[in-house]
Amino acid sequence: MTYAPWILVAEAEGAQLSSETTAFLTSLFTLMLATFIGLEVIKNVSRLLHTPLMSLTNAISAIAVVGSIVLAGQKAPSNLFTTILGAIALACSMTNIVSGFILTDRMLKMFKKREPGKS
Amino acid sequence: MKEICIQLIYLVSTALFILSLKWMSHPATARRGIVSGVVAMVAAVGGAWMTPGIESYHWIIGAIAVGFVLGVPLAMVPLTAVPQRTALSHAFGGLAAGLVGVAEFYLMYNHDKVLPRESWELTRFTTGALTAEVILGFLTFTGSLMAAGKLQEWIPTRPITYKGQNAINFSLMGVALLCGTLLVYWPTTLWFLFPLIILLSLAFGVLLIIPIGGADMPTVIALLNSYAGLSAVAMGFVLKNNLLIAAGALDGSSGLILSIIMCKAMNRSFTNVLFGAFGQVQAASGAIEQRTAKSATAEDAAQIMDAARTVVIIPGYGMAVAQAQHRVRELYDALTKRGVTVKFAVHPVAGRMPGHMNVLLAEAEIPYDRLIEMEEINPEMPEVDVAVVLGANDVVNPAARHDKSSPIYGMPIIDADKAKTVFVIKRSMNPGFAGIENELFFADNTLMLFGDAKVVITNLVQALKG
Repeated sequence: MTYAPWILVAEAEGAQLSSETTAFLTSLFTLMLATFIGLEVIKNVSRLLHTPLMSLTNAISAIAVVGSIVLAGQKAPSNLFTTILGAIALACSMTNIVSGFILTDRMLKMFKKREPGKS
Repeated sequence: MKEICIQLIYLVSTALFILSLKWMSHPATARRGIVSGVVAMVAAVGGAWMTPGIESYHWIIGAIAVGFVLGVPLAMVPLTAVPQRTALSHAFGGLAAGLVGVAEFYLMYNHDKVLPRESWELTRFTTGALTAEVILGFLTFTGSLMAAGKLQEWIPTRPITYKGQNAINFSLMGVALLCGTLLVYWPTTLWFLFPLIILLSLAFGVLLIIPIGGADMPTVIALLNSYAGLSAVAMGFVLKNNLLIAAGALDGSSGLILSIIMCKAMNRSFTNVLFGAFGQVQAASGAIEQRTAKSATAEDAAQIMDAARTVVIIPGYGMAVAQAQHRVRELYDALTKRGVTVKFAVHPVAGRMPGHMNVLLAEAEIPYDRLIEMEEINPEMPEVDVAVVLGANDVVNPAARHDKSSPIYGMPIIDADKAKTVFVIKRSMNPGFAGIENELFFADNTLMLFGDAKVVITNLVQALKG
């Protein structure tokens, strides 16, 4: 299933939707390019580091903070329900960011080369 | 002007995330990758902070504080618990994406214009992206909680199966997708389908994970990692935020690659891992002939190792369970001191998450250039004097090479059996996770060392010193 029919429908429905179509197409480009970069970059990650890689990507996928900060910071009394949802989401994402980066650092510190002189 | 500034900050942040992952390619540059990741994340938070429309900061500051309070202890878990911590943080990630999706739907449904955006309408496109976001988010949430529960052994690690399981799972997902499609066409009239989709996704996450056994966890964790990333991508489509899309896609492709590596290392397909309920059906296959394995004492083993030139240690999940990695380091030191070359052969699926064994051995300060990948060590195995199988089972079972009736036939293994002498450190003769008899234990050149991995290794070290 493709998005294509929706875009056509959107175009037909009126002019105010065409900026949405452009935004969507740009986003699609971003998605495609980022996926290819991601695949290439991750392919080169040493197998030694797959566990630290997972905790690092945990932290990176917590980029959802961007969405939750905006929700948590709305004019407070007007929309308590969505503010609280945003705050919970923000707390979850922040937990991942903090623990993800600290844990990755902890693990990477442990990977050491042989000390010279020892066989 | 402010908007352009924010976008430029997001652009820099995206570049830094890419660099961060690029620097993970080698242990020597990896810590630079963390610095870059942290800077990228701080920039992203800063950019979001400046977003016009944010008027009150106390909820934000409070939530960030909670994140620090929860995050720091979660980062300090012992390394043997890293798989369940990782699963738990996928759950957090999924929940965050899901909740943001719910809030966005609610705001758009009510035409709430408190937030600045290009359209406040529930257009078909936005609804489609929102549906994808909540399905992925909530199924990752419950699925990861189940995975964490299994890894922590709060839930039985054996596959839980029942009749018609796959049919139920598929129809559940089918109903959710159908609801999603209907919702896309009539977003405002059929709004009640939205909560229904959430419930279905929550249930689907649980049902998807319960039939999956402990040994398949590396693949499942990697796959959930991918889903967490994809839910961020969907959120990016809802919010029209390219930073979210790029970072989510990086995460999604990382999880995808890791799960492909795991699947290949088990010679199985995604569908087989997710719907095969491995280790359930095969247990009853064929009558097991009575064979006897030879056992040896730690002293005998120490003598043989002392005379060896090369020793290859093959760690598995058993080493993690027994927390034996520091004892292994002592054995490594004792043997190295006697002029024996010691290497570690690491199978890609050894342990409960990708790279699990490497991290445990690195924790015990074993130099990382001693940790050898399966493909590199196998050609050397015939020259190896002693192979020590430490808490590994299926990944050294020679049946994978020749026995077409074996459920693990075709899976790449470490050729431990080709070494001149093989020691298998194991608690008892119980077959491994998949219930598959391991013929390595009965081979002529194999000697069993029965007992807890930690105790056996300690005895070995004692015998080598004495």
